[in-house]
Amino acid sequence: MRRSFGTPKTKDFLQSVAFLAPSVLGVTVFFIAPFAIVVYYALVSSPNDPEFVFLKNFIDVLHNSSFLTAAKNTATFAAVAVPLAVVLSLCLALLLEQKIPGKSMFRTFFLSPMMVPVASVVLIWQVIFHAKGTLNQFLALFGVQAVDWLKSPYCQLVVVVLFLWKNLGYNMILFMAALNNIPKELLEVADVEGASAAHKFFHIKLRYLSPTVLFVTILSMINSFKVFREVYLLSGDYPYEGLYTLQHFMNNTFLSYNFQKLSAAAILLAIVMVILIALLFKVEDIFGKDVEG
Amino acid sequence: MKRAKHLFRRAFMTLVAALFAISFLMPTVLTISNSFMTQSEINSNYGSVFTAAKDGKTYISEAVNLKFIPDKVTFSQYITTFIKSPEYLLKFWNSVILVVPIVLLQVGVAAVAAYGFSRWRGKVRDSIFFFYVILMLMPYQVTLVPNYLVSDFLGILNTRWAIIFPGAFAPFSVFLLTKFMRRIPVSQIEAAKLDGSSEWQIFTRIYLPQCRSALYSIAILVFIDYWNMVEQPLILLKDAEMQPLSVYLSTINSGEIGLAFAVATIYMIPSLLLFLHGEEYLVEGIAQSGSVKG
Repeated sequence: MRRSFGTPKTKDFLQSVAFLAPSVLGVTVFFIAPFAIVVYYALVSSPNDPEFVFLKNFIDVLHNSSFLTAAKNTATFAAVAVPLAVVLSLCLALLLEQKIPGKSMFRTFFLSPMMVPVASVVLIWQVIFHAKGTLNQFLALFGVQAVDWLKSPYCQLVVVVLFLWKNLGYNMILFMAALNNIPKELLEVADVEGASAAHKFFHIKLRYLSPTVLFVTILSMINSFKVFREVYLLSGDYPYEGLYTLQHFMNNTFLSYNFQKLSAAAILLAIVMVILIALLFKVEDIFGKDVEG
Repeated sequence: MKRAKHLFRRAFMTLVAALFAISFLMPTVLTISNSFMTQSEINSNYGSVFTAAKDGKTYISEAVNLKFIPDKVTFSQYITTFIKSPEYLLKFWNSVILVVPIVLLQVGVAAVAAYGFSRWRGKVRDSIFFFYVILMLMPYQVTLVPNYLVSDFLGILNTRWAIIFPGAFAPFSVFLLTKFMRRIPVSQIEAAKLDGSSEWQIFTRIYLPQCRSALYSIAILVFIDYWNMVEQPLILLKDAEMQPLSVYLSTINSGEIGLAFAVATIYMIPSLLLFLHGEEYLVEGIAQSGSVKG
């Protein structure tokens, strides 16, 4: 009996299973199995008296005004924050490529916000963006009327600033790594031929950076679903309407134990995420080949 | 002439970098410096923002007065935190006993699994790995409902385990560590196999020592992620007593804003120390995460 398990192939298989088992079991118990229940909940009328209602819960969520507000807010936030996140972090990476003194110090400074818990600095942000706060005092010097930033149509801009502050460093490192991978000979040849800096950037660097540009774009889109943290710490459970996020919607639905609604919302979001992630893989496929080949 | 132009360009670039650096550092530095102010100075500076500070007794300046250097440097806020308000230290401890087990368990589980994913390739294993990447990129709005249901089922809702278990099996570490391990040359394994080493020996004696810096950089990334957690405790821990400081800080009584600065500063210290000590590892870890392919 033992001998039949002893062939190299089955032995290899069993060993690989042994190494993967703890993680796969944990992921199954804590993520996959309950997600199956989520799918079930989303398709029935109520957990106690289950009746198959197919898409009804999804349609209800898509007609729910809070969900729509949250979805719209996330979309408009991403539309502003994502391009800024990509362009600014690329600028920072290029800046650190220049011959400037104290480069490693600057890198440390740019990266430091990612290490600071949002909860720790939120007091300062509140002081800056308050109606009587520092930003308004500064703007008053130019005759700009005071704005209660967090309770105004500009409220999302405040969160954009926090988002950039927190995430630019991470993206910058990704761009710096990509810049490092550009073959030096190419740039040297361009130098010898007297190419301008702009020419080098648009015709050589950007071509090699394009996979990273797209990677950072999609990563930032995914990250823009996570700004709830900043919003919650700045303005709590019930923020100004423009700051209402999907996580606020989820929290409030948790309070009412409406698992049909919660499950349907989670699945809708999962579908959007899977599309974004598929895009990410596609992008790497196409550009990975282009640059290597 | 050309030299002057270069010099000018360099000075300009440095200035831009310095401006960015100031705005990146400002919130952190201000939080720290403000934690050395007296309660009355905090009240007078920020009383109009944190309205509950208006107890009628203290002077509050009409306009907010964001200041870098305290009028009088004092450790009184820290002394109060440590002696009179132990609840903040308790919340700090809550954070520690949530985050430390998550970091250790996640990295431990991941190290074993990453060996499995890098040592043996195959259709099924590669698709499981692919699934891990998708799961890793899912926001909390997707994973919290499943987490809640399973915690409820296991009877661990409102206990620390409701956060620790999903954290221990979160796929982020598996993903990154697998990428590191796949760079270890196969020839080393073949040589070890000829010497009669078992897979476990190869894992512990050849792979783990070579992954030491990777393990460290992943541990830092996992630590800062969970040290900053808000979403999970809000849903999974209803009991305010168990909340980590990352959530509790925002509920601090407005009358104790001076304390809040000190507590906020204390809360930054572990992650800032890790950062200063392990910045190179952190940067390497981030650079490795720059592509979703294994």
